[in-house]
Amino acid sequence: MINKRKILLQVFFSFFKISPITFGGGYAMIPMIEKEVIEKRKWMEMKDLSEIFALAQSVPGAIAVNSATFIGYRLGGVSGSLAALIGILIPNFIIVVLLSILFVLVKDNPAVAAAFTGIRPAIVALIVYAAYRIGRTAIYDKTTLIIGIVTVGLLLILKIHPVIIIFAGIGVGIIVVKIKNWLGIITNLEKKEEHTLLD
Amino acid sequence: MELITLFWTFLMVGFVSFGGGYAMLPVIETEVTSHGWMTTQEFTDVIAVAGMSPGPIATNSAIFVGYHVASLPGAVVSTIGMVIPSLLLILIISAFFFRINQHTLVKSALYGLRPIITGLIIYAAIKFASSNEMIGAFSWHTISLFLIFFIALLALVKWKIHPVFVILISGIIGMTIY
Repeated sequence: MINKRKILLQVFFSFFKISPITFGGGYAMIPMIEKEVIEKRKWMEMKDLSEIFALAQSVPGAIAVNSATFIGYRLGGVSGSLAALIGILIPNFIIVVLLSILFVLVKDNPAVAAAFTGIRPAIVALIVYAAYRIGRTAIYDKTTLIIGIVTVGLLLILKIHPVIIIFAGIGVGIIVVKIKNWLGIITNLEKKEEHTLLD
Repeated sequence: MELITLFWTFLMVGFVSFGGGYAMLPVIETEVTSHGWMTTQEFTDVIAVAGMSPGPIATNSAIFVGYHVASLPGAVVSTIGMVIPSLLLILIISAFFFRINQHTLVKSALYGLRPIITGLIIYAAIKFASSNEMIGAFSWHTISLFLIFFIALLALVKWKIHPVFVILISGIIGMTIY
């Protein structure tokens, strides 16, 4: 019992500590999680952790948060996964709430307004960069190219809700692969050579 | 009432947030504008603040939107809504030792989802560009915004500069020229 409580506290503080120092989204957390879980705590081997990272990408949600939840479960069951999840979320939560308060206070200041006029196009660049990174592993044959183009068209012209398109995507993937198999065309379900990243 | 709407909205966002982060921006954007919580331009500023904060950008945006709509309780329910779907799925997968990523069906689904997520993000870029006056009348303002966009993209793709620095530097440029 005491041992279990000790593990839960360790899990909580490991992720609590990693979370506030990783700027730049979920992927920035991966090397930090590796260092903590494998080198420092020696909770598991690289092979197991790689499997967790791969699983974490197949589930909805941020890869870092998902990985933490998986690791927490391996170490302490349901309470372990909650300890990891709450540990990774709390520092982010506090920092974002503080920044939201600060933003509301300063956003009407002319200098801040000018800064944000400059930042907005940079945010568009960040989004294009994200599309480029995912596109490199997502679009690698004719089928995926057509799916990508049709998606942008449907969203722009018919203004279909993005959620409907995401659900359609799950169906389209399964049906297209089935049809291609039936026609005798072999589909590579992941891009070769590189590791597929979804985030 | 607003709290329940926030919770359901982000529960849905959490449930469909395959590909994490940037793929979710058009989903959240559609939701916040249709509920009248924010304009697209205000949401761009949310992404800027979320991008400068540590942690995943989608979760950060949920916290910020929740706080904007219903202060602290709003931020709490949005965050909980956002993480519940992944938590439940992970518990099920872990409990049954289910290697979901090696299933052909899951692999086929992801084969179709990945290009759709790419499309969603491209759409988000077009939408945010037009809401922020980057596409429009030919003027000094539009050109200067486009230049910042182009240099920022070059900085990210070619010079591999960290996104947080790109945001900070463009803020300084904005302060100097506007």
